[in-house]
Amino acid sequence: MKKYTYTEKKDTRSGFGAGLLEAGKKNPNVVALCADLIGSLKMDAFIKEFPERFFQIGIAEANMIGIAAGLTIGGKIPFTGTFANFSTGRVYDQIRQSVAYSDKNVKICASHAGLTLGEDGATHQILEDIGLMKMLPGMTVINTCDFNQTKAATMAIAEHEGPVYLRFGRPVIPVFTDPDQKFEIGKAWMVNEGKDVSIFATGHMVWKAIEAGEKLAEMGIDAEIINIHTIKPLDEEAVLKSVAKTGCVVTAEEHNRLGGLGDSIAQLLARTNPTPQEYVAVNDSFGESGTPDQLMKKYGLDSSNIIEAVQKVMQRRSAK
Amino acid sequence: MAADIEKLEGIAKQVRRDIVRMVHSCQSGHPGGSLGCTDYFVALYFHILNHNPEFNMDGKGEDLFFLSNGHISPVWYSVLARSGYFDVSELATFRKLDSRLQGHPTTHEHLPGVRVASGSLGQGLSVAIGAALSKKLDGDNSLVYTLHGDGELQEGQIWEAAMFAPHNKVDNLISTIDVNGQQIDGSTEKVLSLGNLRAKWEAFGWEVMEMNGNEMADVIRGLELAKSKAFKGKPILILMQTGMGYGVDFMMGSHKWHGVAPNDEQLAAALVQLESQLEDY
Repeated sequence: MKKYTYTEKKDTRSGFGAGLLEAGKKNPNVVALCADLIGSLKMDAFIKEFPERFFQIGIAEANMIGIAAGLTIGGKIPFTGTFANFSTGRVYDQIRQSVAYSDKNVKICASHAGLTLGEDGATHQILEDIGLMKMLPGMTVINTCDFNQTKAATMAIAEHEGPVYLRFGRPVIPVFTDPDQKFEIGKAWMVNEGKDVSIFATGHMVWKAIEAGEKLAEMGIDAEIINIHTIKPLDEEAVLKSVAKTGCVVTAEEHNRLGGLGDSIAQLLARTNPTPQEYVAVNDSFGESGTPDQLMKKYGLDSSNIIEAVQKVMQRRSAK
Repeated sequence: MAADIEKLEGIAKQVRRDIVRMVHSCQSGHPGGSLGCTDYFVALYFHILNHNPEFNMDGKGEDLFFLSNGHISPVWYSVLARSGYFDVSELATFRKLDSRLQGHPTTHEHLPGVRVASGSLGQGLSVAIGAALSKKLDGDNSLVYTLHGDGELQEGQIWEAAMFAPHNKVDNLISTIDVNGQQIDGSTEKVLSLGNLRAKWEAFGWEVMEMNGNEMADVIRGLELAKSKAFKGKPILILMQTGMGYGVDFMMGSHKWHGVAPNDEQLAAALVQLESQLEDY
């Protein structure tokens, strides 16, 4: 197992804030909009540097999506910022008609996704957003795994023509990816090469997969860990190549089991190479209040759950 | 340049012919609101707008128009074709398979003149505000126009946008409400009363005006006046009184022709009232 270390923990939303500032410096067409959550989205630095390119919309997310769509007419590259719940479920029809169907170059940037939003509870913890967004034709869907990757992804989507959903979160987590990485949309990242099982992880679950991989190595299981940061378009080649080698799959995501990364991979495999697969995901339920760690444990999103899933899927492969 | 009212009225008559023929041909679509707003569209595209039918999505240096109540697509398609955005013969494809003239307007099929999809109501004002802000960032002193149905004002997003534009001094925006008092299930009064629209928009901080949307000279007067009020710190709102179905006597003033196509006999009866002015498509 390749060794991953970290010297600091940071939140992925701060990676977004840092990336937005860099994207703004690089391209004068980058503009930002926020629905009364500047601090939560870490947009302060961008606003300080480019006050005339920032629009405070107020608590009116539908209006924010529409204004962002309109700003693209004339060549602006708008980044909208609010919580994942208010970035997707609340404004689904606005995104569908004014952005996706209208082919608008809007970057929908969503913080506080999933259970790790914590104490605010299920009203704010969306676990369906990846599914909602990936069903929209033409939408690119990205869920980043640490500060550095989120920063790089934010800069990369500014250069990508077309609507993007960028999902990140609230808690501080290890910073373990390369600070100078080049983020390639739609290109999976090989975290660890292995031969016994393919673990496909996204977002906060990537670090948990690394933790699981280390323990699995001690148990004599050589896990291949691949970070699928871009859920759509899916890096089908990377998935199929890995599965051809391992013959069994575990997917790990901070999302409902229905409609997320696991389903994208299952659908690909069902069409091409049916393979035993176990899901580490929320089992079709809402969340609740609690600390991020408590919630991840209670809803089965811990590294121990990945280990159990690996053992189970390897048994299923043997029984086949 | 002074408007040639008679000429504009002639074009409007032809556009109304197009509308009933298009809707009849596919036996679907929305003739009522289209006929009611015909004079507005003709005034806008043939006299008011500084626009370029050599369509460019970004529309830099030209005025932009957004149709928020996308179901009145027939009138927009006819006016776009007749002002040179595409050939009038394409009007025959309206709502048919493989057409760029979808039931509700879309950019998806790359129809020149359309800059955002509309149909799901209440979204166009926000989009127009975004386009107006983009122009301000670019120092582009062109104007952005929108049209909305009065029933559409029941959508909450409209009022989010209504609150935003005055607060942010989006004063390069001229929005018009088609006040025909009708919606699918009956009169707006009966379905969900809109109350005092002038007082509402004024309370939100808009410069509010009124005009008779079925009298060409008054439409020209109203739109010219609105232009003169632009860039003075406030967005501009025109309450435009129209009759749903205006121009075809048996369609006028009733919600029943909101989304119903005429049969062969009704088409013939309508066309008698709308003498051809230009060549039919």
